[in-house]
Amino acid sequence: MSIRERLSGNEAAATAMRQINPDVVAAFPITPSTEIPQYFSTFVSNGTVDTEFVAVESEHSAMSACIGAEAAGARAMTATSANGLSLMWEMIYIASSMRLPIVMSLVNRAVSGPLNIHNDHSDAMGVRDAGWIMLFSENNQEAYDNLIMAHRIAENKDVLLPLMVCQDGFITSHSIENIELIEDEKVKEFVGKYKPEHYLLNDKEKIAMGPLDVQTYLFEHKYQQANAMRNAKKVIAEVSEEFEKMTGRKYSFFEEYKMEDAEIVIVCMNSTAGTTKYVVDSLREKGVKAGLLKVRMFRPFPAEEIAKALSKAKAVAVLDKSDSVNGVGGALYTDVTSAMYVNGVNVPMVNYIYGIGGRDTTSYDIEGVYNDLMEIVKSGKVDNPYRYFGVRREK
Amino acid sequence: MEKITPNTPAEKMTIAGNIYEAGNSLNFKTGDWRSVKPIYISEKCKQCGLCFPVCPDDAIPVNKEQKREDFNYDYCKGCGVCAKVCPFGAIEMK
Ligand code: SF4
Ligand code: SF4
Repeated sequence: MSIRERLSGNEAAATAMRQINPDVVAAFPITPSTEIPQYFSTFVSNGTVDTEFVAVESEHSAMSACIGAEAAGARAMTATSANGLSLMWEMIYIASSMRLPIVMSLVNRAVSGPLNIHNDHSDAMGVRDAGWIMLFSENNQEAYDNLIMAHRIAENKDVLLPLMVCQDGFITSHSIENIELIEDEKVKEFVGKYKPEHYLLNDKEKIAMGPLDVQTYLFEHKYQQANAMRNAKKVIAEVSEEFEKMTGRKYSFFEEYKMEDAEIVIVCMNSTAGTTKYVVDSLREKGVKAGLLKVRMFRPFPAEEIAKALSKAKAVAVLDKSDSVNGVGGALYTDVTSAMYVNGVNVPMVNYIYGIGGRDTTSYDIEGVYNDLMEIVKSGKVDNPYRYFGVRREK
Repeated sequence: MEKITPNTPAEKMTIAGNIYEAGNSLNFKTGDWRSVKPIYISEKCKQCGLCFPVCPDDAIPVNKEQKREDFNYDYCKGCGVCAKVCPFGAIEMK
């Protein structure tokens, strides 16, 4: 029987890490993810885990220590947010290019400046092309579940890529919700032992890792990495299916909420999906055919599947909690629109940048988006696809 | 380990460029980075032993009698440190 609990998102992540019992955790505190290593270090002190906890002096060192540990043949985890991730930047690429399946909890927060410690997705969007698998979580349950699935995906021999599980800073990381935990024993069995094929501490195999890669070779190694990311899709589907068998909780590349006959659709990630579901329900009561597509798997990006899921919609709004500052639109929007184009789906689409720096996102905001979509359906025109809600502007 | 050459396709290359061999840096001949070359003038050499410890590349071989031999141009990068250190003008940069 699963265990009913009530935990904050950070507690949920730390609990998943306790149950996974990794060999090494190296982390440096940064709001709003600080509690994850904090709770975890309590588990270490109490002897509830066998983990070597490395209290490093910076995030660059946190990722470096994870890389060293993982290369040596250990299972390593970390947690960070915003500028912590920025400081890891160099090592983020080293981790993925060395094909080390490190697992990270990324508690999403605005990357400074101006200095702000609240939620948006600018940290995650900054590393979207860094070769990490990226899973997003609407609530505490999903943050926990995604972490339990993480190693099985990352360590698969057809994948061998690092993976980050994202959740919204404060909104879910610091909110206590009901959660269903899996028994320790079951998690242990599901996650399994880490058996790397090649690692530094293997005395049966001589090995040099991370050597100089000149013009004749680097391209091929990047191609291998890209292939691994393509392979990850299938592995994520398989592991999620196995997870569903154990828990009854179903995870796909994205969640389709009331999409069967939906005419106006919002695409978003993380906690905003919860607010959107509430609005979809109230609109449905009024007979409005509203739907939601919540992206869970952002890297690899399920382009074909998303295009198919949106093909019957009459208007779509993609919500980005990070402005790409590129004059075109947010990252999720440009990914979804290009997915539509290459798959030959033509639906009027708009982008909304919202929730920047922890700006509250209310059901009224979301309702406003659906109203705009109804307008678009009526007029058949999209005036300006690069929009904002929640920002103060002169009328 | 199978030899990887500039013709090896990506599918046949090791993951992340791992090399399953020890001491493999010897295979990487860095001497062609050199633009100037140290010349050993053995007649002037007093075997004082000052040059080989300062070579950043271990490119001055020392034999069993603790005597230096001619340069190993496979790895010498021509930095000139040895020539600067030699008190007897036994190394000339060309
Ligand atoms: S020139 Fe530099 S690299 Fe070459 S032998 Fe002298 S010290 Fe060594
Ligand atoms: S420093 Fe000059 S004299 Fe001394 S061993 Fe080297 S080459 Fe010979």
